[in-house]
Amino acid sequence: MVTGFPIKIFVPRDSTALSLGADSTAKAIQAEADKRGIEIELVRNGSRGLFWLEPFVEVATSQGRVAFAPVQPKDVSGLFDADFLNNLTSNAKAHPLNLGFTEEISWLKKQQRLTFARSGITNPVCLDDYIAHDGYKGLKNALKMTSAEIVKAVTESGLRGRGGAAFPTGIKWNTVLGAIGEQKYIVCNADEGDSGTYSDRMIMEDDPFVLIEGMTIAGIAVGANQGYIYLRSEYPHALKTLNEAIAKAEQAGYLGHHICGSGHAFNLEVRRAAGAYICGEETSLLESLEGKRGQVRFKPPLPAIEGLFGKPTVVNNVISLATIPIILDKGAAYYQNYGMGRSRGTLPIQLAGNIKQTGLVELAFGATLRELLYDFGGGSATGRPIRAVQVGGPLGAFLPESQFDTPLDYEEFSKIWAVLGHGGIVAFDDSVDMSKMARYAFEFCAIESCGKCTPCRIGSTRGAEVIDRIIANKGNAKEHDKQVQLVRDLSDTMINGSLCALGGMTPYPVLSAINHFGEDFGIESAKKAAA
Amino acid sequence: MVADLTTQEKLDMASKIDAHIAKHQHMPGALLPILHAIQDDIGWVPEACYLPISKALALSIAEVHGVVTFYHHFHTHPVGKHVLQICRAESCQAMGSEKLETNVKAALGIDYHETTQDGAVTLLPVYCLGNCACSPNVMLGDDVYGRMTADKVAAIVAEARAT
Ligand SMILES: NC(=O)c1ccc[n+]([C@@H]2O[C@H](COP(=O)([O-])OP(=O)(O)OC[C@H]3O[C@@H](n4cnc5c(N)ncnc54)[C@H](O)[C@@H]3O)[C@@H](O)[C@H]2O)c1
Ligand SMILES: Cc1cc2nc3c(=O)[nH]c(=O)nc-3n(C[C@H](O)[C@H](O)[C@H](O)COP(=O)(O)O)c2cc1C
Ligand code: SF4
Ligand code: FES
Repeated sequence: MVTGFPIKIFVPRDSTALSLGADSTAKAIQAEADKRGIEIELVRNGSRGLFWLEPFVEVATSQGRVAFAPVQPKDVSGLFDADFLNNLTSNAKAHPLNLGFTEEISWLKKQQRLTFARSGITNPVCLDDYIAHDGYKGLKNALKMTSAEIVKAVTESGLRGRGGAAFPTGIKWNTVLGAIGEQKYIVCNADEGDSGTYSDRMIMEDDPFVLIEGMTIAGIAVGANQGYIYLRSEYPHALKTLNEAIAKAEQAGYLGHHICGSGHAFNLEVRRAAGAYICGEETSLLESLEGKRGQVRFKPPLPAIEGLFGKPTVVNNVISLATIPIILDKGAAYYQNYGMGRSRGTLPIQLAGNIKQTGLVELAFGATLRELLYDFGGGSATGRPIRAVQVGGPLGAFLPESQFDTPLDYEEFSKIWAVLGHGGIVAFDDSVDMSKMARYAFEFCAIESCGKCTPCRIGSTRGAEVIDRIIANKGNAKEHDKQVQLVRDLSDTMINGSLCALGGMTPYPVLSAINHFGEDFGIESAKKAAA
Repeated sequence: MVADLTTQEKLDMASKIDAHIAKHQHMPGALLPILHAIQDDIGWVPEACYLPISKALALSIAEVHGVVTFYHHFHTHPVGKHVLQICRAESCQAMGSEKLETNVKAALGIDYHETTQDGAVTLLPVYCLGNCACSPNVMLGDDVYGRMTADKVAAIVAEARAT
């Protein structure tokens, strides 16, 4: 029998958990507890990121939390029958959904959670919970430092932009710090358009205060008193969570005119995007924030010099900003100690597509793709061989098995003409038709092009047509060769003649598909070798 | 469809539009917040709002039109009571979204950008919902549904229709 304090039960409120029925599970647990007259405290926590096991329910014990997953409403009465609240008993231990102590689950235990240290542990919108779990320690330190010292710490941490371009964050901040201007801005890029990625969403839904803290530190570091989070319209839950967290931070004096009673001011507002992939490109994003069509601007001037409303602006990805607090809390050296080569710290990797054990894996740079796909991912969801993997979103290359031993490192990936991007890994089994994927890459570029340059606007549509002709002419060697050459020439034009990476990188998925999976395009292996 | 509105309905719409403009027009970069407010309220962005917005923000009507049509999120025509979006991006493709699209279209009897005859459901494509760990996905209104099959989508739609 359960006595004493109400026992805490955790059911995630993350939207992936919700998409698999977490709300119904939570309701069923509460109803069953009420029915049995058992007092419980139901906490809607963030997600631990073991998405293949959502709804992932945890029960607090004196020795740590015990996980039961995945729990559907139909499982609930059985769990109560097995006395799962008193889960150190043998009955509860024997329950088929019992996964033991959460912290001991090897999928989690093998990770290095720095940016995601609190995800799934805390109630995302409870400020006290945040503070009780090391929240706002980074800001406290930052408030004792000069601007230059903060920027130096970020530079020394080795943190590079997690949005995909991997530009050193400290150097970017230094440019903004040195830029002359009364008004400066911090803009968080929360447009997260890449298929296969959801780490930004998780931070915003599962630990929003860490982003707020990171942006506040950025404001203090470069002298900006206003921040905007440009949030994609496909994330309505993140919008609510962020607004709730911002209101609480304001109430507690962590945002506003005197941050923690200091002379620093920082205000923060969420702005909704409107469903245009290109608005993730930083200058298009700024245009959109200004209320215009999201057309890409010429660089220079860099946003760091002339950004939002023409003022010096830091534009950083959600993960870059959410990593700032731990750097300021534990020091640059602590963060810098993780990683390999010039890729320092950790990368929140997102396993997606045809993978059995999908979810968020935060690891120091250097793990191989194979470890991610098999040790963490457990292979494909369909049980068939994994044939191709796209890393870095729709503008990332497709990798064949022979490249699965590549370590996750910016430079190692660029050596094989691939990108890490925002850390999304999408796996395909052997039923994939890579010519379709190449065609889709062009199609996507055509749909999302901002229209400013011809190679991207027109080339993408032509590209899709050429792929169709390659497929149609499989039996006609001469015409087939001609079309394959055409796609290569077109790709060259796009790479060299596009203003931004949408047009400039669409050839990555296209050419990697052709080069590694030529058989799907009717290119015989002999020709493939010669290519 | 606008033509079908009564004079009173047109007046109501105009006053709603004016209220949203008045509430947001002083924000820096007010245009998107205004358009969002209008669509959240009315369900779409009627052309009737272009003139008052252009006046409030000192823009030309063509500029307002240009912005509205640039963004996939804004509907320039009325939509059904429920908007159903099917994810077409890579992760969902890897888990069979193409088949799902075909079957859902067949079940609803409509293609993308169309609305069922009873005005209940408008079908739209979407490119990633950030739920790629549980592909394939659809979104109905503000809610994402993971690991979808055509049958599950049919059940969700039926439930929505019933409310
Ligand atoms: N996360 C996503 O959803 C997503 C989607 C599409 C593309 N991407 C990624 O975006 C990348 C391309 O981004 P990009 O076009 O912004 O790359 P970029 O190389 O032009 O810029 C990278 C960043 O560094 C800044 N910068 C460069 N030099 C600077 C200096 N001297 N001082 C201060 N700041 C400086 C830029 O302003 C920008 O913020 C691709 O590699 C792709 O992986 C991400
Ligand atoms: C087409 C395109 C889309 C992009 N989408 C995003 C995005 O959704 N999120 C993001 O952080 N960066 C995106 N970027 C990269 C941004 O332009 C920019 O490099 C980034 O926001 C800088 O932040 P970081 O240095 O912290 O990575 C995109 C770039 C391109 C070319
Ligand atoms: S490459 Fe495409 S998206 Fe980028 S600026 Fe040119 S037209 Fe616009
Ligand atoms: S690709 Fe469909 S949810 Fe991301």
